[in-house]
Amino acid sequence: MNNSSGFLVAGRSRLWIVLFSVIFLLGLFLTAKRYLAGLGSVTALNDYQPWGLWVGFDVLCGVALAAGGFVLTGIVHLLNFDRYKSVVRPTVLTAFLGYILVSVGLLYDIGKPWNLWHPLIMWNPRSVMFEVAWCVMLYSTVLALEFSPIVLEKLGSRKILRLIRSVTIPLVIAGILLSTLHQSSLGSLFLIVPEKLHPLWYTNLLPLHFFLSAVSVGFAMVILESCISSRLFNRSLETNVIADLGQFMVVALMLTLIVRIQDISFKVGLANIFDGSIESWAFLIEMACFIMPLVLVFLYCKRMKKNVLVISAAFTTLAVVINRLNVSVIGLARHGGFSYFPAWEEFAISVFLLAMGFLVFMLCVKYLPIFPETKENDQCPGIIT
Amino acid sequence: MEPLGMLIDFTECIGCGECVKACQKQNNLPGEYLKTDLSSRNYTVVLKKEETYYRKLCMHCLEPVCESVCPVGALTKTEQGPVLYDPDKCLGCRYCMMACPFGVPRYEWDSAAPVITKCIFCSERVAAGGETACSWVCPMGATRIGERRDLLEIAHSRIERHPERYVNHVFGEYDAGGTSVLMLSSVPFEKLGFPTHLGNEPLPNLTWSVLSKIPNIVITGGVLLGGLSWIINRRIQLEKGTLDQDGNRQEPEKGGGHE
Repeated sequence: MNNSSGFLVAGRSRLWIVLFSVIFLLGLFLTAKRYLAGLGSVTALNDYQPWGLWVGFDVLCGVALAAGGFVLTGIVHLLNFDRYKSVVRPTVLTAFLGYILVSVGLLYDIGKPWNLWHPLIMWNPRSVMFEVAWCVMLYSTVLALEFSPIVLEKLGSRKILRLIRSVTIPLVIAGILLSTLHQSSLGSLFLIVPEKLHPLWYTNLLPLHFFLSAVSVGFAMVILESCISSRLFNRSLETNVIADLGQFMVVALMLTLIVRIQDISFKVGLANIFDGSIESWAFLIEMACFIMPLVLVFLYCKRMKKNVLVISAAFTTLAVVINRLNVSVIGLARHGGFSYFPAWEEFAISVFLLAMGFLVFMLCVKYLPIFPETKENDQCPGIIT
Repeated sequence: MEPLGMLIDFTECIGCGECVKACQKQNNLPGEYLKTDLSSRNYTVVLKKEETYYRKLCMHCLEPVCESVCPVGALTKTEQGPVLYDPDKCLGCRYCMMACPFGVPRYEWDSAAPVITKCIFCSERVAAGGETACSWVCPMGATRIGERRDLLEIAHSRIERHPERYVNHVFGEYDAGGTSVLMLSSVPFEKLGFPTHLGNEPLPNLTWSVLSKIPNIVITGGVLLGGLSWIINRRIQLEKGTLDQDGNRQEPEKGGGHE
């Protein structure tokens, strides 16, 4: 814990504190504006493009980038790859914070946030959105339970701890099922707009593609996050672990690309991909980011160097972010008459939420036993480690 | 009761805009008549394209996309025909706006408690046996309501009698699975901005085909994952020697430190 607290008092932290304060104050101001004057006052959204950056980035990317939680708990607890236990806790924390951020992002994006709980009692099982709402609520609960041992350990409530650890396997299975459902369903959301979504992205396989790419980025985020926290908290990086995870990532990426490229080559001719339109460029950039990690890893597969892995993971993450924005914003822009480009306030609030998430992560690392080395009495600290 | 419909014959429309004014009055919509498109204050609009006047409004689909996508069931198709909206249920996710193939629902972007707005087929008036405000006020009879079945007959007989006057397409008869609002035109509908490639299948099938598989995914996935974990755990226990070949525990509670 001594190494983590070093971050906030370090010499260059003054700059960070100023930056954070600016983001924080601006965020508060824009939050007030959004709730007093409506969405139109802080967004460029309009009747022709009703979903924008907040849905595309805060919600779709937020959920995808938090996929590490279900992927890693599955590998460690169901497949019993004990070697990766050391990264489970920070990953579960990231996933939990990710879902909280998504929920907070939704409070900004939906018009009447005080009605957010309505799907609990007002059912429409024919709606993909209804299913997503339920899965996200349930999975957030699962994540909270998976995260709870970390807090309970700190508080020392042994009885509850034992109770929660005894249901680890069912919890992990529930987490995987719920994640499979809503990760894919975020793709299914767009099945209903065959006329509006550009053919480069519209496909019946949207749910499958969303799921596979979420798994890929799940691994990528664990790699990135391990490397970043090893930097921030001066922890040693378990290179073997992230090299293994890199392999998983590459396999998941290959599956994603097989599905994607097969589907594209069946549907739109090569000519459309290179026709120079905004969509074709967005598609090519997305594809380049998807392929880049594979190229890198195969070029350097003899020795999986840390830097290669980090760059591959960064490209994977970028690819999924671009993909989600392409599906939810850019691929629909032509139908909306190109009437939408995010307002600066939309960027500012997204950054504000991210910064708050980062701050909470730092506080958790500082005050809770997130990393195994920091403080541990038994070497196999239970199931949800 | 036979479901109602509305027939709008663009060839008879003179663009007087009486329907728009009546609609605004009926629904207590303030503000001026927007001459470009639907808005949160214009449930309908009369537009002009190459000497042809035409109307835009909610098509009141027979199997509405908006009804299927709304997570809280705020949009409902009534038996009589109108697609209604309940602002108290709505949480403002705007999925209906995204999903509507006709681009109809509008949003109050400047409100702190925004609602979705669209034509509701003057549901109270028609439930009481009356007409919609727009059809009642139309001086030319270009917009009329009646039983959808009868209106279809009228539409087809008009096309048959004046094939030179109409394109051979009753818009809304089959489009997107059929709509309560039917349209006749002399100009091809795609030229007026109506989506003509929606197919004859109701669009909600696109998502239902995935959603209906969820119970299967949950059960199969649960068994698969549970089984996998069971098999792997037993093998690990066998390797560690805590289970013998007959499945009996060898050394019960070794030190008790496992919990």
